[in-house]
Amino acid sequence: MEQQVSSFAVKKGLAEMLKGGVIMDVVTPEHARIAEDAGAVAVMALERVPADIRADGGVARMSDPELILKIMDAVSIPVMAKARIGHFVEAQILEALGVDYVDESEVLTPADEAYHINKHAFKIPFVCGCRNLGEALRRIGEGAAMIRTKGEAGTGDVVEAVRHARSLFGDIRQLMALPEEEVMTFAKNIQAPYELCMETRKLGRLPVVNFAAGGIATPADAALMMQLGVDGVFVGSGIFKSGDPAKRANAIVKATTHYNDPKILAEVSRNLGGAMVGRSVSSLGDNELIATRGW
Amino acid sequence: MKIGVLALQGDFREHGIALSKLGVEPRFVRLPKDLDGLNGLILPGGESTTIGKLMVAYDLVEPIRQFAVNRVIWGTCAGAILMAKEVGQEQPLLQVMDTIITRNAFGRQVDSFEIELDVPFLNPSQPSYHLTFIRGPVFSAVFGRAKPLLSLPDGRIVAVRQDNLLATSFHPEMTEDTRFHQYFLEMVESVHEA
Repeated sequence: MEQQVSSFAVKKGLAEMLKGGVIMDVVTPEHARIAEDAGAVAVMALERVPADIRADGGVARMSDPELILKIMDAVSIPVMAKARIGHFVEAQILEALGVDYVDESEVLTPADEAYHINKHAFKIPFVCGCRNLGEALRRIGEGAAMIRTKGEAGTGDVVEAVRHARSLFGDIRQLMALPEEEVMTFAKNIQAPYELCMETRKLGRLPVVNFAAGGIATPADAALMMQLGVDGVFVGSGIFKSGDPAKRANAIVKATTHYNDPKILAEVSRNLGGAMVGRSVSSLGDNELIATRGW
Repeated sequence: MKIGVLALQGDFREHGIALSKLGVEPRFVRLPKDLDGLNGLILPGGESTTIGKLMVAYDLVEPIRQFAVNRVIWGTCAGAILMAKEVGQEQPLLQVMDTIITRNAFGRQVDSFEIELDVPFLNPSQPSYHLTFIRGPVFSAVFGRAKPLLSLPDGRIVAVRQDNLLATSFHPEMTEDTRFHQYFLEMVESVHEA
């Protein structure tokens, strides 16, 4: 009767439990309680939402552990926190705090421009961003137990989230149509591990849970991503940069469950107050893009 | 036999896959009308606070309580929490089982684990069964009509049966092994025939 902790199945397992749910960015314990009351499946504890990181500029780092611990104390749902790409010591600190998931996130300023964290070396599970299948499978190859399409964080513009989801699912559909002898060349072309390409081809989806992130600001945005085929959504700035966060959070939760029911979507979309103002991605300069961080 | 899986949030797809392997095509339940004509219902793993709030918002609490009177319900992890009388914090519950649950009883995600156990009431009872606990709850009290069904080597109760109701703090839907789903379907059959 051997007991095993921190296996890949267990790391992946928590993400399975989050499916069909909304993970919300929160910057205070009060926000975390509002998110939990609204029906969030998890919260992302951070010091500034992406829209503010974008506005403030400067270097964005892991949040103060004191803040993360206070948020962990405030809610019963899982708590995630962000480490910089490649900053394995920030990840070690988050593991020591006992957070439930680490997001190796492009929203923070990357610490390493060549190498992501070796996530197999940790007991704690990681979620990572991707723009396409190759990037997703490279992260899974490094040990990520959950994937989110990157979108463009802090914009309130869903266009990049859609682009990345379409790219990912398009790549998977293409892979599934290939005869087996063409898979190695496909793997070479998208720079992904061959075995993970084979597994994805067999499953017809990524081998781990796959959420959408980056620019989701309305219930309709959440349902759009769900109908495109993601397992759930991250909402960053979209909730607490809006006019009535509690109401909007609750509406996005309902829209993520009933994503295929336009009558319910119409009902939950009514009278939410102002959405976050946002910035269209097409108005951003190349140096303002976040999704291009990481490879 | 018509089986439903509550599909408000969580790993309802995996329960659907397990049932399909046993030749049962489940109906995914999101609104009260989806319960019509069902003989059995599975409450999946997920976040119990989220599922509970959505059950309240879409008027599912009373219909599922009525369902529990004479039909079969099985809750896994979050589902088991929702079926309990008390869970030590304020959150919407069905309160259909004589159980008190401690949420996240083993700790946070770093303490989630897997274990092989002999489960004598499964058919066949060998090989031993692979149990997966993800931020799992335990049954801290089992009383009234509820009876412990399975315990860990340290004595903590992880499965409970109360007549036509079944609750497990682990996730049979996360394994390839369908013996627990088979056990549930046999419960549905015996209640259906009675």
